[in-house]
Order: sequence, then C-alpha cells, then structure tokens
Amino acid sequence: MRFLFRTSHRIDLALFQHSGHLLWYGLLAALLLAAPLVLDPFYLGELAQVFIYAIAGVGLMLLVGYTGMVSLGHAAFLAIGAYAHARFMTWGVPFLPSLLCAALFTGFVSMLVGLPVLRMTGVYLAIATLALAEIVEQVLTHWTSVTGGFRGMRVPDAEIFGMVLDAPRPFFYVCLAVLVASMFAALNILRSPTGRALVAVRDSETSAVSMGISLVRTKTLAFTLSGMFTGLAGALFAHRIGHLAPDAFTLITSIQLLLMVVVGGLGSMHGVIFGAIFIGLLPQGIALARDVLPQGVANLPGIEPAVFGAILIAFLILEPDGIYGRWLKIRRYFEEFPLYRKDTFKRQQRFLTTERLQ
Amino acid sequence: MSLLKASSLVLSFGGVQAIKDVSFEVSEGEVFSIIGPNGAGKTSIFNAISRFYDLDSGRIEFQGRDITEAKDYTIAALGIARTFQNCELFEHESVLKNLMIASDVHRQSNVLRDMLFLPSVRRQELAAREHIEEIIDLLDLQAYRYEVIASLPFGVRKMVEIARGLCLRPQLILLDEPSSGLNPEETEDLVFWIEDINRELGMTVLMVEHDMRLVGEVSHRVMAMNEGEVLTTGSFDEVRSHPTVLEAYLGGEHG
Repeated sequence: MRFLFRTSHRIDLALFQHSGHLLWYGLLAALLLAAPLVLDPFYLGELAQVFIYAIAGVGLMLLVGYTGMVSLGHAAFLAIGAYAHARFMTWGVPFLPSLLCAALFTGFVSMLVGLPVLRMTGVYLAIATLALAEIVEQVLTHWTSVTGGFRGMRVPDAEIFGMVLDAPRPFFYVCLAVLVASMFAALNILRSPTGRALVAVRDSETSAVSMGISLVRTKTLAFTLSGMFTGLAGALFAHRIGHLAPDAFTLITSIQLLLMVVVGGLGSMHGVIFGAIFIGLLPQGIALARDVLPQGVANLPGIEPAVFGAILIAFLILEPDGIYGRWLKIRRYFEEFPLYRKDTFKRQQRFLTTERLQ
Repeated sequence: MSLLKASSLVLSFGGVQAIKDVSFEVSEGEVFSIIGPNGAGKTSIFNAISRFYDLDSGRIEFQGRDITEAKDYTIAALGIARTFQNCELFEHESVLKNLMIASDVHRQSNVLRDMLFLPSVRRQELAAREHIEEIIDLLDLQAYRYEVIASLPFGVRKMVEIARGLCLRPQLILLDEPSSGLNPEETEDLVFWIEDINRELGMTVLMVEHDMRLVGEVSHRVMAMNEGEVLTTGSFDEVRSHPTVLEAYLGGEHG
C-alpha cells in the first residue's frame, strides 16, 4: 500500500500525484500511441468511437456527475456539433478551426437553451432536456436547406497537416489527441474555482449560495461547458459516420450517453473512460449475444434499448458508484488484504439537511 | 460602532408572523447571542440577513450599507458568513475542498484561465491554501484534511462548518446553534473556539444558541426573543433574570 507523503501544498495541486500514476498513465499512452501499428483498421475505428464517446462523456460528466443536473437530451448537442462542423467544412473552413468553431457554437446554443431550462431542477430538468432533444431532432428533419432533412448531408473529407483525416490511422490519432486535451481541460477546471463551484452547487445549493456562488451563473456555465465538449465530440462523430442524418441522434443516443456516465461512475473522470469503453463494446456484445440467443428473442426489435435500460437500472440498484467505484473497492481489498471490511464504503450516518430535497 | 443594524424587521409566511418588528444592533467586535424557545424567529432572522428570505418590511444595514435588497449570493463577499443548524456541508467532497470553496469567494475566477490552469491560477491556489492551513491549525482539523465529509462524525462536521465560515474571511459570522448535536466535551471546546474567533481573528459573532452555559460564557450581549418579538436585550445576567424571559421559558409560575 502506498502512503503519499506530502511535503508541499503543490502535491495536492498536481494531476499526477506520485510516480506510480506517471508510470501507469505513461504506459497507457505508449500503448495507445502504438496501437495503430498493430491493430486492424476495424478495431482502430471502434477505439476511435470509444474516444468520441469519452469526449462527450467528459461534457456530460461535468453536468451530471459534478453539477448534479440530469440531461436526457445530450444527443441534441452531439447533433448540433456534428451538423455545425459539417456546415463549416462545406463552407471551406479547414478542419481544426471548424472543430473549434463547432464546439464554441454548440456551447453558445446550450447556453441560450440553458438560461430558461436551468430554472428547473431534478426530474423537471430531465423532462425539459428530453423535450429539447426532440425539438432539435425535428429541426434537423425539417430545416432542409441547412441540414438536408431526412436525406441528411455528407460530411466533407477533411485534411490535417496534409493527411487525409478519414483514413483510420490519422482519425484515431486525432480523436485520441482531442480526448486527451478535453480530459486535461476538464481536470483543470475541476481543480480550480470554477469546478469547485460546480460541486458546491451539486452538494448543497443553500450552502453554495451562502459561499457566494451564484446558482444561475454556475448552472449556466456547467450547461455551456457540457454542450461545448459534447459538440466537440459531435464534430468528430460526423467524420466517423461520414453521412449525417437525424436518425443518428435519437433518444437512444441520449440514453446511451447517460448510461455511460452512470455506469462508469458519477463524479469521476475515470468513470468517463470506463463508461465509454463499456458502451463502445456493448453493441458488439449484443451482436454476439444475438448469435447465441434463440431466434425468436434475438430478432426482437428494440432489444438494444431494453438491454441499455436493464443495465442502467441494475447499476443504479447494485453499484451506484459505477465501474470506477467498484474498481476502487477491489483495489482497496487488495491493499488492505486481510483487514478489508466490506462496510468500509457503507455510509454509516446520514444527518438531516435543511431546506433540501434529496 | 455598529456593524450590523436591523431595524423593524417584519417577516411573515402566509398568515404566520415569524418576525414582528424586531430591531437590534450588533457592534463591531462583540459576541451577540439570540436566545428564545423554538419558533421564536431566531433562525428566520438569520435567513433574512443571509437573504434567503425577503422581508415584508424593515431594513438591514451592514457596515452602514443597506443589504435589505441585496442578492443572496453577494452576502458572503460583503463579509457575512454563516453556519447552519443541521450542517450544510458539501458532503461528497473532502474537508479541504469544502474550505477551498469558501476561500474562492475572494477570487476572480475565469473559466478559460482555469481550464488552462495558468501559472496565475496555480499561484492563487497556493496562496489560498496558506490561509486555509491557518484556519485548520486554529480549529485543530489537521487530521481530517483529506477526509470526505460523509465519513466524518457530526461533531467534526460542525467544526468544519465553522472553519468553512472562517475561510470566507468575514467581518461577521452567524452561528446557528453551534452546539446542537455536540456532546458536553465538544461544547466545552466550543467556548474556546468562539473566544479565539472573536479575539484572535477579530470577527464579530452573532449566534443563535440554546445552551445557556455556552451563551453565558461567551456572549457580551444577549437578546431574548419569543414568538417573533424581542423580549429584552442586555448582558447575560440581566436577560436571565428578566421576568418576561423567565415566563417565556418556564411559563407563568416561576418562583
């Protein structure tokens, strides 16, 4: 078991707190950088998809896991990012500026949407975001001159540093780079006043206000940031699917995104990655299961959403801390080996809180 | 000099008058306690000062400045901190983070700078940490820095809440029943903490409290309330022996 001996306040500020972190994250980085040399393009594509999910997950995690606001309509921001990026590209904007503009544009839209929506809380907020997703889907279908309607629009080929982006390898690296940048941005936010305001609002609005935090400002900011990261993911997603159509951004997508952060573990950035891997692999898993299951069950329509729903419920009941929470428990078990008590993570006391709805 | 001045506060919820024409002044540097039976309107006064409740009429001045209409989230930056009766901490975060959130009130944060974690942000973080460590030392919370609030016993949470109030670097701190839920030993310690806060940090303390021993030991002045009205204001001994106060606490037939 490692004991972190702190000799300076700087240690608490560091993203990598000890050499062990550096070693493992370094190894992971090396593995990922080397992956395109050995992996089949199909798997590279799947990995890139996982990265894209993770970028959107960073956005959604800031909102759900750190600010405590549920969104059932994040597919809308994914869609806005994707369409905006495709539009900018067809207007001849180069790839990188277009990516940035798409993210900023989505952030701007989510801010506008957020101002009225954020006056609601809890389940009302969830319903409002659900409605938002529906509205965006309708707009995508009917605003034919911009979005191409049902037939959708083709995403122009992109070039970056003289390479064709849509080849599996460059695309893999671009997605990886954007994910790493997003992660660093989010982690930096979380260790500075902006991020602390988010968790303050999540844990107690009453207290947050008495600590000088403006609820409206903080919630709007959270929504904007969340939209921005999700829009960024959307822009990359556009390249991944190559052809945009409204049916790529449905309620199922929104639920999948929510599933990712809940299953991964709310309130941790590790959870985003675990969740992204999980939902990235799930469709493959379901496809494999179809082969095994009896014909009648396997060909049922709507089996995917049913599985998503079942998993979400199972996690909420059995492991609300998600995969990352489970991992912490397993690690602790080995660290403390014969001494581990099952109740370590059990909440022992719950005290009254004033003026708050749980 | 009076730091906080409340004049003819009136507050009602529907037909219930929680505060009926209450006036008082808290001078700079004193420990001022409000006592009274349950439902006397003590916490309502706190909530009016921290702007959670809108008054029906009356005026609250802090450092000569009218704060009756101020926005609720601006109160902390003006220099008024508060604690809550049942503890309102940020449960899923560490003690350190709770204190950091408080000390952020004096910082101009900017998302872009935070996102890049520029050297200026790092410097400010370290400076804030220095100040927080002083508060941690003052209240003896060294052992709990990295503990998550949800795992702490209630007595420690109460202290963390006071520490969080101090990290706002206020001129006035409102303590809402600081001793409720504490055992006698912890209450005993509280006497010293409150004296330290008042003398060493030079903060003015406005306190709602039921424990008369604590009130008697730390307060310079005491205001007794019942059913939304002020019964009397004065030194602890004056208030304790005041006939209407005795009546409010013990009913009509006191000896």
